[in-house]
Amino acid sequence: MDWGFGSRFSALFDAPAKAGEENSGFGKTEMQIEEFALGNSIIHRLDPRVKIVVTFIFSIMVAVTNSIATAAVAMILPVVLILTARVDLVQVLRRVAVVNTFVLFLCVFLPFTYPGRTILSFGPLDVHMEGLTYAALITIKSNAVILMVIALLGTSPVFSLVHALSRMGLSEKLVHLFFFCFRYIHVIHEEYHRLSNAMKMRGFKAGTNMHTYRSYAYLMGMLLVRSFDRSARIFAAMKCRAFKGRFYVLHDYRMKRGDYLLAATSVLFSCCLLIVK
Amino acid sequence: MIRLQDIRFRYNARYVLDGLDFSIGLGDRVGLVGPNGSGKTTLCHIVMGLSFPESGTVEIFGKNRVKETDFSEIRGRIGFLFQDADDQLFCPTVLEDVAFGPLNMGKTPADAKRIVRATLTTLRLDGFEDRITYKLSGGEKRLVSLATVLAMEPEILILDEPTNGLDEETTERIIEILNGLQLSYIVISHDREFVNRTTNKLFRIAKGKIAPA
Repeated sequence: MDWGFGSRFSALFDAPAKAGEENSGFGKTEMQIEEFALGNSIIHRLDPRVKIVVTFIFSIMVAVTNSIATAAVAMILPVVLILTARVDLVQVLRRVAVVNTFVLFLCVFLPFTYPGRTILSFGPLDVHMEGLTYAALITIKSNAVILMVIALLGTSPVFSLVHALSRMGLSEKLVHLFFFCFRYIHVIHEEYHRLSNAMKMRGFKAGTNMHTYRSYAYLMGMLLVRSFDRSARIFAAMKCRAFKGRFYVLHDYRMKRGDYLLAATSVLFSCCLLIVK
Repeated sequence: MIRLQDIRFRYNARYVLDGLDFSIGLGDRVGLVGPNGSGKTTLCHIVMGLSFPESGTVEIFGKNRVKETDFSEIRGRIGFLFQDADDQLFCPTVLEDVAFGPLNMGKTPADAKRIVRATLTTLRLDGFEDRITYKLSGGEKRLVSLATVLAMEPEILILDEPTNGLDEETTERIIEILNGLQLSYIVISHDREFVNRTTNKLFRIAKGKIAPA
């Protein structure tokens, strides 16, 4: 296998593996990465470049805020955008829940560990007011950012985000790497489920013993080898379809009225947040 | 159109192809049979420039092809259908995947879209544009991969076990599609009936050599 530079690059690259028939019904999980991108609302049709820039500015503004009120007001923009995008709200909540499990740890520990005024005592443990507000601030801030990412970036297919990034002057290599990683995650996930289902069907139960560790090590090794082989085949298939290292997209993005509108309102909104703060 | 001379190719110490000569001309519809591991796929990979032989000459469209750049000119003019449709389909939607080849070949997005629609219509896959590629059924995946190859408007097709794992109905459709094409092609297959119904020449690869079967 000698594809020069390409093969090293393609090691990171893979296509969605068989999500299909063979393992349906048995511990089948499908990884949904682009499910929000399928709609056709005003938000979906916005220029992905504008979306990236707006998300970026908004995230920074929210990140530097240190008042709960400002962060809460900031929340309005992503919520409005999500409602406009008409995506599946249950799915949105699920995503948000995942992020909040991480935040939960902070909420549990910060009130006790952050120094400040004591408002409650459980034996030797004191709950501090400052800790509580700090935890609340972090919760609101992270939710605002994640909602914004779902509302704007989530509603564009990864392909068009990739294209937007390269149009914005990001190095081609970085852009490809981003896209390859996206596919890599997907495949690892599918292959992992196929292999682990096959293990389960032969009576494997995870425990705390050498057999389990060794089996998992084999599983990981096999995942790497398989992904590498598949990536090589996909790269070959891409070359056969005249791929020469550049991705083209079908949709030509031109800034429209909606794009300027979103850009203007969002930047204005973000600036207002700064002033209010 | 394709002429291979005295091709030698080996995996480690074993010669899979050992002094093989093979050629196909305009209008040839070649069936390629042979046991597993006999080098059928390797032969096709050599034609596409995915593998390079140890010795021998590869002449395609009247020119000797040696380097990667020689082969990148012919890819697209020769359409290659991979054994596993999952290797071929990597874009999120059918539309993007079928358009991938035409866009690479310099078509404008508008032209590419037109080609995609026309190709899907010929294969009776109308309305598939926005389907998610990895959620298609096995048969649909195969037909869509065929569409991704045909969309490049190739002069020659190479199909690596196109009916592998397909039900009868989809196999019938592929037979019908191939017989309706005005193209030269090479088909690798273990399915004798399929080969008999779609080709006008039959070759067998065994022990590194190829011979009419």
